[in-house]
Amino acid sequence: MSATKSFWEMDELRIVSGAMVILSAATALMVAVPYVLLKNIEPPAGLKPYTSVQLTGRQVYIANGCVYCHSQQPRDIKQAPDALRGWGRAPVAADYAYDTPHLLGTMRTGPDLFNIGARQPSKDWHLGHLYQPRAYTPGSIMPSYPFMFEVRKGQARPGETAITLPSALTKPGEVVIAKPEVLALVDYLIGLDHTYTPLPALAAPVKVKP
Amino acid sequence: MDFTVGVLLGTFLLSIVALFIFIWSMSTGLFGDGTAAATEIFAPNELGQIEDPAATAAQKGGLQQAMGPLNLAQPIAQADEDSRNRADQSTSLVVGVCLTLAVVWLVLASFAGLISSIKLHAPDWWVQYEWLTFGRIRPIHLNLVAYGWCSLAGIGVAIWLIPRLLKTELVGAKYALVGGALWSIGVTAGSVAIGMGYSDGLEWLEYPWQIDILLVVAGALVGFPLWLTLLQRKVKHLYVSVWYIAAGLLWFPILFLIANVPGLHFGVQQATVNWWFGHNVLGLWFTPLALAASYYFIPKVLGKPIHSYNLSLLGFWSLAFFYSQVGGHHLIGGPVPSWLVTISIVQSMMMLIPVFAVAVNQHMTVLGNFRALIYSPTLRFIVLGAMMYTAASIQGSLEALRSVNTVTHFTHYTVAHAHLGLYGFFTMVMFGSIYFIMPRVMNWEWPFPRLISLHFWLVLVGFAIYFIGLSIGGWFQGLAMLDEKTPFMASVMLMAPYLKARSIGGSLMTLGHLVFATHFFAIGWKFGPKRLGAALLESPVLGRIAGKGAVA
Repeated sequence: MSATKSFWEMDELRIVSGAMVILSAATALMVAVPYVLLKNIEPPAGLKPYTSVQLTGRQVYIANGCVYCHSQQPRDIKQAPDALRGWGRAPVAADYAYDTPHLLGTMRTGPDLFNIGARQPSKDWHLGHLYQPRAYTPGSIMPSYPFMFEVRKGQARPGETAITLPSALTKPGEVVIAKPEVLALVDYLIGLDHTYTPLPALAAPVKVKP
Repeated sequence: MDFTVGVLLGTFLLSIVALFIFIWSMSTGLFGDGTAAATEIFAPNELGQIEDPAATAAQKGGLQQAMGPLNLAQPIAQADEDSRNRADQSTSLVVGVCLTLAVVWLVLASFAGLISSIKLHAPDWWVQYEWLTFGRIRPIHLNLVAYGWCSLAGIGVAIWLIPRLLKTELVGAKYALVGGALWSIGVTAGSVAIGMGYSDGLEWLEYPWQIDILLVVAGALVGFPLWLTLLQRKVKHLYVSVWYIAAGLLWFPILFLIANVPGLHFGVQQATVNWWFGHNVLGLWFTPLALAASYYFIPKVLGKPIHSYNLSLLGFWSLAFFYSQVGGHHLIGGPVPSWLVTISIVQSMMMLIPVFAVAVNQHMTVLGNFRALIYSPTLRFIVLGAMMYTAASIQGSLEALRSVNTVTHFTHYTVAHAHLGLYGFFTMVMFGSIYFIMPRVMNWEWPFPRLISLHFWLVLVGFAIYFIGLSIGGWFQGLAMLDEKTPFMASVMLMAPYLKARSIGGSLMTLGHLVFATHFFAIGWKFGPKRLGAALLESPVLGRIAGKGAVA
C-alpha cells in the first residue's frame, strides 16, 4: 500500500482485529462474567429437584414449544401486577438451579406458568385442559393436543389412565386414554411450584465475628 | 458507592471528550481520502452512469435521465467492462445455487409462518399432527426464515459482491459451494428435528447441537472465498461493504459455536447467552450483510458515491461495539443480574449513533433522486428496506427503555418489531439485491417485469397490514396485562381481530413470495420472451444507447 496511507484506512488487519476485540469484549461481559457469577449459586432449600418423570414431562414441554406462549418468570410487583394474578413472586437466579435448558420465555399469549402447580394442582383439570382447552377456559387460543391422547371404544386397560372429561366432549361408550407423554407433562406442570421463600439466609440473624 | 459514581462520571466525560475529538478530526479531514474510498466501487469514468440489470430498457432510460445526462465523451474503458464481466461470471454458479436454495426456504418458511398465524385464531385447526402443532411449526418458521432464507440469501449476495468490491475474480468458490450445501443440509435436518420434537428448547437455538456443527463449519467455509479473494484484490481501498461482509462472516460461526456448546450453559446464565446470541445474530450477522448490500447497491444504481465515507466509518465501529452488548434488554424484569440488563439498555440507546450514521449516509445519497425509485426495481426494494432499518432500529432502542418494555415485553408488539427488522429491512434489501444480481448471474433479463411490481405491492401492502395490526394489538395486549383489574383472558380475547389481520397480511406476503419465486425460477430456466436478452447486459454500447435515448 502507498506511503501516504491514512491512519484511519480500513485494511484487512484492522477489520479482523477490531471485529474480534469487540466481540470478545461483549462475550466477556454478557457470557463469561454471568457464568462466573452464577456458577456456584446453590438451589434454595424449598426447591425440590425434578423427578425423572417430571424431567420427561419437561422434555414434552420443550418438544411441543410451550415456551413460545408461556413464560416462567413473573415480574416484580413494582413493575407489573403478575403476583396479583396468582403467578407468584419475582424469581431469583437460584430458582432456576435445576432448569437446563432455561424456559424463561418471552411471550404471554397464555399466562405465566412459574407457579402453575400451586395455582392449579388438579391432574384431571390439566389432562382435560390439554385435551380441549376451550372446554375449561372459554375463549382460550391454546391448541388442543389430540395426539397426546387415544380415543377408542370400550374401557381402559390395566395400567392405562382414562381421563375425566365434561360430558359434551365424549361420546357414549368411548374412552379417552392419556398417553404416557401427557401424564409426564402434567406431572411436570403440577410440580411447578416456587411458592417457598428463596432466600432463607436473609431471614436468619447475621453472624458477627467476635 | 463513591467509586461507582466516579467510574460513571469518568466514563461519561471520556465519551464526551472522545466525541469532540472525533467531530474535530472529521471536520479537519483527518480520516484521509474519503472520496477515493467512496468511489472505489466505480470503474474510471463510471460515475454518473446508472446500473440496474433488473430494469427494462425504458426504465434504464428513465433512471439515467433522473440522474442527469451521461458523459459520452469519456466512456468506460472496454478493459474495465470486461474485467467486471469476468468478476460477475466468477460467482455465477455459487451465487445461483445459494440464492435458489434461499428462495426455496423463503416459500417454505412463508407457509410455516402462515400456518402458525392461522393457528392463533383457529386453535383447533390441524391439531391432529404433532409436527404441525403451534409450538413446533412456529420455531420451524423462525429457523427457516433465519437460517434458511435470510442467511443463504445474505451469503449469496455477499459472495456476489466480493469480486465486484475487490475488482477481481472470486477465488475459492468451491468452498462456498460446499458451505452452502452443508448449510442447507443443516437447515433441513434442523427443521425435521424440531418437527419431531428434538428441540434444544431455546429460541433461535432450537437445532440440536449435532446439527449446529454443520452450520458452524458451513459458516466458516462460506467465508473462505472472501479471505482468498482479499489476497488477490486489485483495489486500493476496501469499500465499506467489505468491512461489513468480512466482520459478519467472522462473527457468525463464533457466535453460533459459543451459544451451542452442549453442557456448558446452565439455568439463568443460559438465558443471558440465549439473548446475547439472539440479538447478536441480528446485529452481527443479518444487519451487516444487508447494510453491505445497501451500501453497494444504492450508490451503484444511482451512479453516485455514498454521502460520507467518514460517517460509514463511525457507523461501522459503533454498530459493532454497541450492538454486541444489547442482548440483555430481552430480560428486563427477569431473574438476571441487573447490571447486565442496565448495560444492555444503555447500549440499546447508544445504537442510535450507528443507526443515525447509516441513515444519514444512505438517505442523503438518495435524497434529491427519489424519481430514481420510479424506474429502478432494485432501488425501490432497497431504499424501502433502508427506511425500515431506521424505523426498526429507533423502535428497538425505545423498546429497550424500561417504561416501554414493561408494556411491550411478552406481547405481540415484540413480534411485530422483529418482523420490521428481519422482513421490512433485511428481506426487502435481499429482494432488491436479488433483482439486481440474477440477470448478471443468468445472463438473462427478468422475463416478466410486471411481476416485480406485483411482488413489491403484495409484500408492501401485506406487511403494512401485518405490522400495523400486530403493533396496535400488541400494545393493547400489554396494557391489559398491566391492569390488575383486567382478567388475563381479556388480553387474549382482545388480540383476536389483530391476529386475524396478521393472517391476512401474511397471506398477501406469502402470495408475493410465490410471485417472486415463480419469477425467480422463470429466469433460472431462461424462460419467457427474449427481449433485449443478454445483449443489453453484455454490451456497453447498447446500454449507453438506452441511456442516450432518454437524454435526447
